[in-house]
Amino acid sequence: MATETPVMLVAQAAVDASAEGGAVHATTEAHGGEHSEVFPPFDPSSFGTQLIWLAITFAILYFAMSKLALPRIGSILEDRKSRIDGDLSAADGARQKTDAAIAAYEAAHAAARAKSHSIAEETRNAIKADIDGKRKAVEADLSKKVADAEASIQATKTEALGHVSEIAADTVQALVTQLTGSASADEARNAVATAAKE
Amino acid sequence: MADPNKVDPIHQFGLTNIFSLGGEGGFAFTNSALFMVLTVGLIVIFLLGSTAGRRLVPGRAQVVSELLYDFVANMVKGAAGSEGMKFFPFVFSLFMFVLMANMFGMIPFFFTTTSHIIVPAALAILVFVVVIGYGLYRNGFKFFKLFVPAGVPGYVLPIVVPIEVVSFLSRPISLSVRLFANILAGHITLKVFAGFIYSLGSLGVLGFLGASLPLIMTVAITALEFLVAALQAYVFAVLTSMYINDAIHPSH
Repeated sequence: MATETPVMLVAQAAVDASAEGGAVHATTEAHGGEHSEVFPPFDPSSFGTQLIWLAITFAILYFAMSKLALPRIGSILEDRKSRIDGDLSAADGARQKTDAAIAAYEAAHAAARAKSHSIAEETRNAIKADIDGKRKAVEADLSKKVADAEASIQATKTEALGHVSEIAADTVQALVTQLTGSASADEARNAVATAAKE
Repeated sequence: MADPNKVDPIHQFGLTNIFSLGGEGGFAFTNSALFMVLTVGLIVIFLLGSTAGRRLVPGRAQVVSELLYDFVANMVKGAAGSEGMKFFPFVFSLFMFVLMANMFGMIPFFFTTTSHIIVPAALAILVFVVVIGYGLYRNGFKFFKLFVPAGVPGYVLPIVVPIEVVSFLSRPISLSVRLFANILAGHITLKVFAGFIYSLGSLGVLGFLGASLPLIMTVAITALEFLVAALQAYVFAVLTSMYINDAIHPSH
């Protein structure tokens, strides 16, 4: 403002000087003349208005930015970030659930496999034991029967052998009777026994 | 001005009164003021309009707004830390204002607000008022540690401290002159080369051929000026962030 006042006075003086012409148009002429002498970007007579308008427009810009635009863009970016983070953590949670489900499935799978193995083992053992038992029973039965048969064969054999000397004595007696006419049974038997001993 | 055939590269910087508030002697609404209003209006309308939907999956315009936000936010956070984010709206406003004003200046017949020294100077002074004000408010007397670098032996301090003070005081000047000079020089160069096209082109067939050289230059400089327009806005914002960092952490 301090710079503006003398400038305004100068401009006013210029207006007064040309005011004899009485036309408002003359003021712009005066300004134009001034501009050709002073390089416009350094012209102090324009500083006042430029500063005022710069202050007004920049203040409006600053408040529009700080109160409206930037908080809005910031909240948009924040929302997006939180949304993306939320989605990412949800995806992470889902992945962990999947991993847990896979682990649970694999544990169940391993348990089922182990169980099936043990069931198969038990069944196999049971069948084996059963077969063994039956085979032992059959074998015992068979060997008993063999022993019985052997015993009966032995008995028959002994019995048969017991009759041999008697048959031989009878035969001898019959032969001797045919040959000599008489023979006692005791003599025949003794003879057979003696023959059998030789 | 008087002679339309004469090329005057300075004419583009002239202020014209559009109307005066409160009559003659009230403050004038010039073409400069018009473009300040347009700059701010476009920024506000674009940023608010593009984000009105608050869409989770943004459209093109919303992406642009979000990119601008992220760009400046990362710049401020990178230079001044998370405490510097207090000044994010300020730096963002500066960046958008300078960027849009420069970009408006690239449109033919449009006035470039930043080509007048007073506008960048006012913004730079505003930055330094903020930096010094916040630095003193936050750190009190310790803010002046800014001028006393840590680890410097005591007998060098009489030399170092004045240098630091001068460098600090020259910052607003360099900040404003850098922006202003780049824009002003670029626009003058552009206009001068464009003027060559016109002057050479009116000389006949040979001149017509010769005029193609400044034409190529003008096209190239236009591309360069777009780069400068964006770059100067970026530089202005980055330096502001760094100065704010000085206010927050004065002992460097």
